[in-house]
Amino acid sequence: MTTDTVDTGKRRTLTLATSAVAAVGAGFVAVPFVASWAPSERAKTAGAPVEVDISKLDEGRLMTVEWRGKPVWIVKRSNKTLEDLKTLDDSLRDAASEKDQQPEYAKNPVRSRKPEVLVLVGICTHLGCSPTFRPDLAAADLGADWKGGFFCPCHGSKFDLAGRVYSGVPAPTNLEVPPHYYLSDNVILVGEDGSAA
Amino acid sequence: MRKLITALLLAVAPSLVLAGGAGIQLDKANIDVANKEAIQRGAKTFVNYCLSCHSAAYMRYNRLGADADMTDQQLKDNLIFTRNKKGEQTKVGELMKIAMSEDYAKEAFGTKIPDLTVIARSRGADWLYTYLRTFYADAGRPTGHNNKAFPDVGMPNVLWEMQGVQEAEIRVDDKGTKHVESLKITKPGTHSVAEFDQVVNDLVTYLVYMGEPMQLQRQSIGFWTLVFLLIFFVVAYMLKKEYWKDVH
Amino acid sequence: MEKLLNWVDDRFPLSVLWNDHMAKYYAPKNFNFWYFFGSLALLVLVIQIVSGIFLTMHYKPDGALAFASVEYIMRDVPYGWLIRYMHSTGASAFFIVVYLHMFRGLMYGSYKQPRELIWLFGMLIYLALMAEAFMGYLLPWGQMSFWGAQVIISLFGAIPWIGDALTLWIRGDYVISDATLNRFFALHVIALPFVLVGLVVAHLIALHEVGSNNPDGVEIKKNKDENGIPKDGIPFHPYYSVKDIVGVVVFLMFFVSVMFFAPEMGGYFLEHANFVPADPLKTPEHIAPVWYFTPFYAILRAVPDKLLGVIAMFASIAVLFVLPWIDRCKVKSIRYRATIYKVNLAAFVVSFLVLGYLGMLPTTPGRTLVAQIGSIVYFGFFVVLWYTSKNENTKPVPERVTK
Repeated sequence: MTTDTVDTGKRRTLTLATSAVAAVGAGFVAVPFVASWAPSERAKTAGAPVEVDISKLDEGRLMTVEWRGKPVWIVKRSNKTLEDLKTLDDSLRDAASEKDQQPEYAKNPVRSRKPEVLVLVGICTHLGCSPTFRPDLAAADLGADWKGGFFCPCHGSKFDLAGRVYSGVPAPTNLEVPPHYYLSDNVILVGEDGSAA
Repeated sequence: MRKLITALLLAVAPSLVLAGGAGIQLDKANIDVANKEAIQRGAKTFVNYCLSCHSAAYMRYNRLGADADMTDQQLKDNLIFTRNKKGEQTKVGELMKIAMSEDYAKEAFGTKIPDLTVIARSRGADWLYTYLRTFYADAGRPTGHNNKAFPDVGMPNVLWEMQGVQEAEIRVDDKGTKHVESLKITKPGTHSVAEFDQVVNDLVTYLVYMGEPMQLQRQSIGFWTLVFLLIFFVVAYMLKKEYWKDVH
Repeated sequence: MEKLLNWVDDRFPLSVLWNDHMAKYYAPKNFNFWYFFGSLALLVLVIQIVSGIFLTMHYKPDGALAFASVEYIMRDVPYGWLIRYMHSTGASAFFIVVYLHMFRGLMYGSYKQPRELIWLFGMLIYLALMAEAFMGYLLPWGQMSFWGAQVIISLFGAIPWIGDALTLWIRGDYVISDATLNRFFALHVIALPFVLVGLVVAHLIALHEVGSNNPDGVEIKKNKDENGIPKDGIPFHPYYSVKDIVGVVVFLMFFVSVMFFAPEMGGYFLEHANFVPADPLKTPEHIAPVWYFTPFYAILRAVPDKLLGVIAMFASIAVLFVLPWIDRCKVKSIRYRATIYKVNLAAFVVSFLVLGYLGMLPTTPGRTLVAQIGSIVYFGFFVVLWYTSKNENTKPVPERVTK
């Protein structure tokens, strides 16, 4: 073995080049393995957008549909309710929906595309319980000021009929508004923003 | 010694026939899974003629849509004929299942009806192409049809309206085995022979595609992987050469 | 950096291990083409373990769901098809590499004193690999999975007295069923991989203890320089590590060509009938094991008696275990052995290939005759070796390795 003629610079360059190519290769190899953890076509189908017909939903009532394993509420609000919402701002934590809990088109005082129709993910933003629908005004257990809303039995969080959280309860943010749009006047597609968004 | 060599050669000579496939000569299908129109046409034949009895329970409608350039609306309008229990049309993301139960099928056809998702991978394109074109009238069969590639098959000739009535010339050998010598269309259907062959070829193209929907993708990934390895080879070989200068 | 290394070395022999097995492991400098297959086998083992782990994340070991879950992997899981083809191609690649590795051992006498234990560990690896492959092949739950397993398990039924009870116990049912599938799954993904990895470690420790053989069959440790380094040895790292990278890249070219362009390999790597779900009531017209088992399957069928056939089949593998003691010739490499050994080894290889080919085909009287001749040649190799190796007319072995 002779080491007198070794070109260490060349060796270092070639070692680096080979290592770099090998690293790129390892990166490519990792892609399918990492990607295989993403939702499969089956999961995507199960989580596909849900069409909801709201023509039979009466004013002041709530209907629940399932989307991606979560309850989605649709509430038809009366004009009175919409008026009441304006009076609550001072007792709410995020009355103007500053936090990113809704798509852009629902970032308004009533948090919906159509004022009277509210679409919400029915999961409390505190620890994931599903709150109950309490439209009854001035309910005995919720105080004389209660204008209707949602109450979480787990830890007592309260939300108004726009899904906005009251101050002084454990839940940190407003209820989430899922992506949705109207296929027609009475049909909502929950799960997609639609091209108009 | 010569006997031994002959035996050796005979035994080792590759048997071209698919084992047990009754040894008939198969017609060659002309399959191009990159031909999206052929897949679309084949898919249409498939959902209209096959998908009422056979399922394709591992294939999703929207996978076909994505691979053969069809929108969800086109799938709904042209290909999806099944409904769920509530009476709603099957969704585009669903699997190609059928309503017929296995028990009913067994009673009606005397056999389990195979799922067709990967049928092209077990049978091969040429067999399917031959099979679908070699039904012939046989009054002795419950369906009124027999088949050259699949003797005494339970399946009726669902494509007969297109093909017309085909009759066979049968030769019975000393052992009593029937051989189909030739087939002839005695009453033309809605399609000419060439047109019908094209319909079946498209259908088989679809079946081959459905057996392995990712086959085009895998080839293109394979090509780039080989390009990458070639580059890798060049640097790795230079590195090896450089180090091995030391070794005498 | 060096501080960190010292910190680790005080607590774990990292540098020692690195030097013992890589930087100061002196390997003969005359390794040729045949010496790539050891490291390639290690590579395939890693490929199989990694792809296998990811397959278990989506596969369902359930008689009612298994077949569908494989198609689910092939279609619905993102890149699931790629991982599955990697695993199925890897299975066959493993055997190709291992067979070439074993043939290398036969050519250059790598099983001989002082390397008998390396050979024995290697044979155990081969056995574990066959069990691993056999059980893995049941998992797709296709017709070949089912009927292949049926045939192999029935072999145990040939054992006198306990045969029937044994097959029942292996299956855990009166037929190959969900119970069988579940236990094979457990063995395939947990038990046998553990055994395999353990044996591979033992194989390598034994190898690095005595040092590698080489195409000349010369013990390089007999000729050391003043520093105690074999004169014909070069450090494994960097010389063989850079060389093996080239080998790995070339191997991967073949591997990905199969994986991406011919994953079924014309029905040899993935059999056509395995795309039909397992059906206990309907035997496929022709059952053939996957290609890597066919030589032994052909020996089994060549013997007209069931029990004797099974014995012959197991003997054909068992006899390889005692090869280091059958071959009594002191000269290792084929380069310096007598013509009789070369002819004998060539006949052995031909018989293995012919048997492998016949094992895939349905039997005919002519083929059975050829298989019988092939079996005789196969076993004849060991008999001839025993008688001729004692006083073989060998050529003089050089002192040092040749170029």
